[in-house]
Amino acid sequence: MTRDSFLTVLKKNAMLIVLVLVYLFFWVLTQGSIFNPSSFTELINQNAYVYILGAGMLMCMLTGGNIDLSCGAFVCLLGAFGGVFMIVNGWGTGISIALLLLVGVVYGVILGFLIAYVHIPPWIATLAGYLAFRGLGTSILSANSKTGSLAPFPVDFQNIFYGRIFPTEKGVFNWPCFLFGVAAAAAITLIIFMNRSKRLSKGYEADTIVKAAVKSGLGSAAVILVMTRLAMDGGIPTTLLWVAGIVLIYSFITSKTTIGRHFYVVGGNMEAARLSGVNTRRIMFLAYLNMAVLASIATMTVVARSQSAYADVGKNFEMDAISACVVGGVSASGGAGTVLGMVIGATLIGVINLGMSLISLDANYQRVVKGFVLLAAVVFDILSKQRSK
Amino acid sequence: MGKILLEMRNITKTFPGVKALDNVCFQVEEGEIHALVGENGAGKSTLMNVLSGIYPHGTYTGDIIYDGQVCRFSTIKDSERLGIVIIHQELALVPEMTIGENMYLGNECGHRFAINWNQTYSEADKYLRMVGLEESSKVQVKTIGTGKQQLVEIAKALAKKARLLILDEPTSSLNEEDSRALLDLMLSFKKQGMTMIIITHKLNEVAYVADKITVLRDGATIETIDNHGPEPVSEERIIRGMVGREMTNRFPRRENVPIGDVRMEVSHWTVHHPLYPERKVVDDVSMYVRQGEVVGIYGLMGAGRTELAMSIFGKSYGVNFSGELRLDGKPVRMHRSEADAIRHRIAYVTEDRKGNGLVLSQSIKVNTSLANLGAISSHTVIDGDREYAVAEEYREKLKIKTPSVEQLVGNLSGGNQQKVLLAKWMFAEPDILLLDEPTRGIDVGAKYEIYCIINDLAAAGKCVVLISSELPEVLGMSDRIYIMNEARIVAEMRAEDATQENIMTAILRSGREAL
Repeated sequence: MTRDSFLTVLKKNAMLIVLVLVYLFFWVLTQGSIFNPSSFTELINQNAYVYILGAGMLMCMLTGGNIDLSCGAFVCLLGAFGGVFMIVNGWGTGISIALLLLVGVVYGVILGFLIAYVHIPPWIATLAGYLAFRGLGTSILSANSKTGSLAPFPVDFQNIFYGRIFPTEKGVFNWPCFLFGVAAAAAITLIIFMNRSKRLSKGYEADTIVKAAVKSGLGSAAVILVMTRLAMDGGIPTTLLWVAGIVLIYSFITSKTTIGRHFYVVGGNMEAARLSGVNTRRIMFLAYLNMAVLASIATMTVVARSQSAYADVGKNFEMDAISACVVGGVSASGGAGTVLGMVIGATLIGVINLGMSLISLDANYQRVVKGFVLLAAVVFDILSKQRSK
Repeated sequence: MGKILLEMRNITKTFPGVKALDNVCFQVEEGEIHALVGENGAGKSTLMNVLSGIYPHGTYTGDIIYDGQVCRFSTIKDSERLGIVIIHQELALVPEMTIGENMYLGNECGHRFAINWNQTYSEADKYLRMVGLEESSKVQVKTIGTGKQQLVEIAKALAKKARLLILDEPTSSLNEEDSRALLDLMLSFKKQGMTMIIITHKLNEVAYVADKITVLRDGATIETIDNHGPEPVSEERIIRGMVGREMTNRFPRRENVPIGDVRMEVSHWTVHHPLYPERKVVDDVSMYVRQGEVVGIYGLMGAGRTELAMSIFGKSYGVNFSGELRLDGKPVRMHRSEADAIRHRIAYVTEDRKGNGLVLSQSIKVNTSLANLGAISSHTVIDGDREYAVAEEYREKLKIKTPSVEQLVGNLSGGNQQKVLLAKWMFAEPDILLLDEPTRGIDVGAKYEIYCIINDLAAAGKCVVLISSELPEVLGMSDRIYIMNEARIVAEMRAEDATQENIMTAILRSGREAL
């Protein structure tokens, strides 16, 4: 490998390399406790909402750097609704989940309509929700409970959003989890190589055999490593399934479907998209409808984990989702960014959060560190892109 | 012979790939009105941008001598300090601000940290009276009409203590009455000793106000005509200077394609401006295109050509449409939707490829498939291999020079970008292609290739509407030519009958009738 092509690989995977370096940094600092099996479970459970809201925020940002400020406060409101449905009224889990999704759809339709068809700038349209929803949620909570929080959510609800699949005792190796990891690794390898041979047989550009081997090798190793650690901690958390499912679905939508393509071209050049027959308004509408629905799924993973709905739930979630996207290389002016990038960004932020709480850094300093890391990541990303031009 | 106020000597200015100005020499006497004429792209605006410092010293070669001094302007401010003020074709006023605020924008009266509003408005009012405006300088610019806005621009220039005033197509957006008033105002300024340069396409205006006329063609000065004779200079005389070039082999020959039936026809097509609904941008236009035919639409900038094409393409421009669109003889009720137009096999290839044609941040592949994603996908899932194959096919067919179809369009040259734009619309499989300035801003070689593509399209039985402001291009490529001026079609000619002179004459005659 020549020096130049080595540098291109470095640049292309800059954020992934930063992630590994930051992880190693905390490994040293925490004397290895960030590598404990329980840290892996914690990392996934703590950050599930970032991945889920990040997927929604990605779609909004693709349409032209538009953001949704209301999703954090909307999580608070939905949490309060969930508490009322399941704890106060004692309704069934299934019907309550369906109702929460329905509330998400209703808000999404209203928001999408205002933005796409009434042409209200997205940040203003969502600022209203940002201001109103937390107040509404808090007042619902305090009307229904003296303490201002509703708890606990029913066990079956918790099992769906904060349980484990085929759980085992801590310390007992969980074979289903491990085997699932092996199967996923095999699938990754198979897909990479099948894709390559298909492209080669048609005479298109394809990765070299070395590149494909490195890609699939690293990918499989990472998956097996994570699943092995999780297997030592009692099995696959259900949040992982939710996150993985959403990540896979949105990867597929953004990379393989016409509708996903439309999101990119609307953000890349709205007028060109319109004159090419793309229904640009519908794309804006869908972006915000989608965001609200994902926010209701995120709510359920969050309240299931905390086992209660309270006034501060969802605070700054919108900023976490935006940060994950921006750190993950999603363009702040739209038209560029991938789900995989967002996942790497969210994981980076998650690792930093986890590492800092493991070394018991003061919460105020944690915010300072997060702010600077966000800035540094974006500066690094922009500089590396400028140099490659 | 008066004193020479301005002399531009051997000015040469190159843009990547194009020589916009080639050894241009230009002299202006103190106290005269000097007209600068030439076709679109002849270099008039570039020359004025060099003069005013928009293209700073060092980006061109040659000397500017103003009032006996060699000048090296690096910003507009430098030239304005010496009293050289340019009024651009597009009005540069902020509609939400008052007239007074606009006039002193960037040039505010008062102290460094506090604007003296009393002085601003009283000074502004003084200059407004000088240009014959009765309005108070405290009214918002958006409340006055375009003609008056143009006068505000002139008042603004006066407020900058202009000594040499440059007006770039000052009357292009004005009606005849306002145009006449503006020209008379220029004559009265001349009496007070001001020197002016006017760039215009309207040759009757040139003959009316100008003392001298300098003709630019293809970035070179052709001649300077004196307008002081007993008879005003005839328009034919100016036109000869503007277009008198040799045409050898700039256009590929088209095989004798049999021209078929009428495929598309519009009648009494009228469209209004989206922001000023009282203004007609297309006025009672009737035209048709036959199978295998290349129909040219010629007109100067602002004649309504783009508006006509875009309004036919799914009503993507304008409001209050009236008239009828027929495809293959059947009236079509087109919705206000570009997708609808594409379904009816109409394509509009924009003149503004960067602004609304291409997604520069995406690859050639993505841009090529954009207008017809359905053809390479099943159940909304894109077949990546098919897409790649299609992009490759068009890359070869249109000779797009690129290492790979994964290349971002933003990294391509203008000519190659234009080919990608054509590829996108050819892949949409239209029957009718509306090509709006398909060769704007690209070099001669790429132009020739695009002409070949146009011929191939016609040979394949498509209907091509070629909109262009380059006369030779229209003459060289079309079977039939419509001539547009001021939102109307003013003449229709067969290619055999059309010459540069009689096309220009048709435009001028229509302008005069209205005057």
